[in-house]
Amino acid sequence: MGEVIVITSGKGGVGKTTTTANLGVALAQLGLKTCLVDADIGLRNLDVVLGLENRIVYDLVDVVEGFCRLRQALIRDKRLEGLSLLPAAQTKDKTSVTPEQMRGVTEELRAEFDYVLVDSPAGIEQGFKNAIAGADHALIVATPEVASVRDADRIIGLLEAAEIPPARLIVNRLRPGMVRKGDMMSVDDIVDILAIDLIGVVPEDEQIVVTTNRGEPAALSQGSRAGEAYRAVARRIRGEEVPFAEFGEPAGLFGRLRRMFGQA
Amino acid sequence: MLNFFGRNQSRDVAKNRLRNVLAHDRADTSPEFMEHLREDVMRIVSEYVEVGGQGVDLHLQSVEDHVALVANIPVKQLRRRGRSGNN
Ligand SMILES: Nc1ncnc2c1ncn2[C@@H]1O[C@H](COP(=O)(O)OP(=O)(O)OP(=O)(O)O)[C@@H](O)[C@H]1O
Ligand SMILES: [Mg+2]
Repeated sequence: MGEVIVITSGKGGVGKTTTTANLGVALAQLGLKTCLVDADIGLRNLDVVLGLENRIVYDLVDVVEGFCRLRQALIRDKRLEGLSLLPAAQTKDKTSVTPEQMRGVTEELRAEFDYVLVDSPAGIEQGFKNAIAGADHALIVATPEVASVRDADRIIGLLEAAEIPPARLIVNRLRPGMVRKGDMMSVDDIVDILAIDLIGVVPEDEQIVVTTNRGEPAALSQGSRAGEAYRAVARRIRGEEVPFAEFGEPAGLFGRLRRMFGQA
Repeated sequence: MLNFFGRNQSRDVAKNRLRNVLAHDRADTSPEFMEHLREDVMRIVSEYVEVGGQGVDLHLQSVEDHVALVANIPVKQLRRRGRSGNN
């Protein structure tokens, strides 16, 4: 029986979809059968981040309304054995699925997959409630900003109330140079304030923009720092102890010079 | 920490603002939270003081750069001795 993990944040635009796509890739690379569920009904995104938008036939709402079987709606990623997507509907709204139906879908998926990752919409309303309905665990994505951390705290409270075990935190878009200059909260600051376990630190990385443009998540290929960070999160999900990388310490003279001038 | 121009670093400002806003958020989003705290304070204070009036009034208040837990406890009279046996 697989594990259902919801990726959520409260605040919009902090990197839930990016995280879901890259973690899915990283888990599949470890040889684990992984299904990504786009629970952001009406604002479908995960398909384009994964580059699978042209292959959608049926979606989540078709499944719960009985227009097709779950199996027919799943899109297998041809680049990577073991990775599948259950897309959201684009033309419906959040109320077209209930938490019970969502739980039904994730139950069915966990029988087939090692991991089911649910990409939650922003907010705390129906879409969020649907996304967490069938989850065993939650990952919270937050950026080092006051509003994002504040919303994360609210989400932690709601997850506790829903009796989902303590969520783990992914700090996204960290800019180590700014932290060093005292212009951005550090990972420790955020962990300290939220008092939850940390499972990942993903730096701000242009490669996220480039790879998202192409529909090829950063974790698919070697060589980006964000992709590496997501691979580390996948291994921590597996229970491995993976040390947290020190970001923004580029080696060599150039890196040291950049650091001296506070640009790294 | 102060920066070159003598201003607080924005990282520290952010941390303080967050602590402040989260204290209020947590108290506001859990109605039982302040109620339980009030009950516990009442129980302990009552060992020393006969509380008068409306009982313990507790609330959060933002003061400069931090949050204060402010208590107003009307005293009818002090007990002759505190926690049993101590004096
Ligand atoms: N580590 C990163 N470095 C650079 N850009 C990033 C990073 N993470 C996310 N982004 C960018 O931030 C934007 C928002 O990301 P994403 O769509 O994943 O957020 P979201 O939380 O799913 O948003 P929504 O709440 O709208 O669903 C995207 O343009 C994405 O490319
Ligand atoms: Mg999204």
